[in-house]
Order: sequence, then structure tokens, then C-alpha cells
Amino acid sequence: MQRSPDRLDATFAALADPTRRAILARLASGQASVTELAEPFAMSQPAISKHLKVLERAGLISRGRNAQRRPRRLEPKALAEANAWLETYRRFWEGNYQRLDALLEEMKTMEPKRPDTSQPGDDR
Amino acid sequence: MSTGTLQVTTPNDREIAMTRVFDAPRQLVWDAHTRPELLKRWLGVHNGWILAVCEIDLKVGGRYRYEWRSPKGIEMGMGGVYREIVAPERMVATEKFDESWYPGEALDTTVLLERAGKTTVQVTVRYESKEARDGVLRSPMKEGMESGYDKLAELLASLATQGA
Repeated sequence: MQRSPDRLDATFAALADPTRRAILARLASGQASVTELAEPFAMSQPAISKHLKVLERAGLISRGRNAQRRPRRLEPKALAEANAWLETYRRFWEGNYQRLDALLEEMKTMEPKRPDTSQPGDDR
Repeated sequence: MSTGTLQVTTPNDREIAMTRVFDAPRQLVWDAHTRPELLKRWLGVHNGWILAVCEIDLKVGGRYRYEWRSPKGIEMGMGGVYREIVAPERMVATEKFDESWYPGEALDTTVLLERAGKTTVQVTVRYESKEARDGVLRSPMKEGMESGYDKLAELLASLATQGA
């Protein structure tokens, strides 16, 4: 199933904030109430609720059924979709960088033989 | 694994950022990013593709030009102008592909930090709009979707470390 571009944009926008990423990381280890989520942050509950609303709109989290606690939980699917975009990009560059690793190893073995060519006043 | 894992993030609406640690001094990493004969060894050269043309005029206002060729003769070219060069630590350049799939030019900032003989490379690509950035992330999606779910744990781990 593919989501609309708008929804994906909302996901990326939601992920662009460090507090929201920390909330997601916390929810990755299990669902939590708003009070529990607010605890580690020096932030008011309304401020946290604002972040939760953004995450919810992006489809990254949802609310549990328990009427009293309404615990938030992670919706892994939305995150997986956002991650899939980044993953292709990441894989392309990782391929480049693995080749660069090999090249640098080769360059390092040459390096000691290279005389120090830096001249006084050569600081560009 | 002898080297760090590549981290790719979207720090804001218009940027894609990458961070990777290399087990080599900064000068070597800088050379590998700025000398054509070295770039031809690693940049985009996979599945038979070669970096056939690599021209670099490494000065502020100087141009660079890369052209890749596939075994079937498909060509892909890009280039730009250097805006800032502080060897061996910082380079800012524009980038534009000949047949670009995103609107406008992008601005690439490459920062090299050396610590205890290892070099961290930070590349930030800033697009002209959020739409252009998202288009780049979306375009090569065919292979991307399949790996999404099993990479979830990995992403969460990286989210946790960036949370601060």
C-alpha cells in the first residue's frame, strides 16, 4: 500500500524535530501515557501534547483504547515507509563509501613514502 | 567492521544530511574528494558504471564536471561551481544534474573533521525547496521499499542516539 505524498511529507516534517525523534525512540520500547512521555523532557504537558499531535497527524503514532490513560504507541508502518526512502539513498552512498574505504587503505600504504611537501606560507 | 555506519537524516524540510567516519587522516579523505584520478575510483562507479569525465577546477568560482557512463552507453552528467574551499576541511559547491529530476540547483556542503587519525565526513545537500528534496528521496524507490521493514530497528537505534 502506498501513502499519499502529502502524508509522507508530514512524516518527514514530524521526524525533523529532535524532541519528536526522542519520543519515537521512547515509544519503540513500549507504549506510554502522555505523563510518562513528558517526564524525561523539561517541557510542559501541553507542549508535549503538541508534539504528539504532529506525530499522530503524520501517522507515526496512535492512541490506545484504554479510555483513561490513552497510551500512545508507535505505528511502525509509517516510519518504515519514511525509512524506505532514506534507505535507498543510504545504500547508494554506502556503496560509494565502501569503495572509498578501500581506496583510503591503499592511499595510507603509500603515505609514509610521500615526503612532506608543505612549504612555509602554504596555508591556503 | 573497520569503519562507521553511514547515517542519513533529514534535519529540516530542505536538506538531506549524511555522516560517515573513515579510518584515515583528513588530508587523504580530502584528496579522495578533490582529485579526479581518485574520485574516478569510488564515486558512482558500480555495476559497470564508470566516471568517464571528472574535471575539477578547485578554487572559489571554479567549476567541476562529472560524467558517468554505463556499459550500455547510458550517460549521466552533473556539475557545479565551488563557492567555498578551505582545504582540507570544508567545501561548498552547487550541484545540478544535466537531466535533473528535481527542480533548481542544490548546494552541497562537505565538512571533514579529524579526530585520533579518523575522519568524519559530513555532507549536507540543501535543495531549493522541500518538494525538490522530497523528490530526490522518493525517486529511486523501487529497491527501497522492500528493505523498509527490516531496517526499522536500525532506524530506531539511530533515532535514539540523535535524540539529544
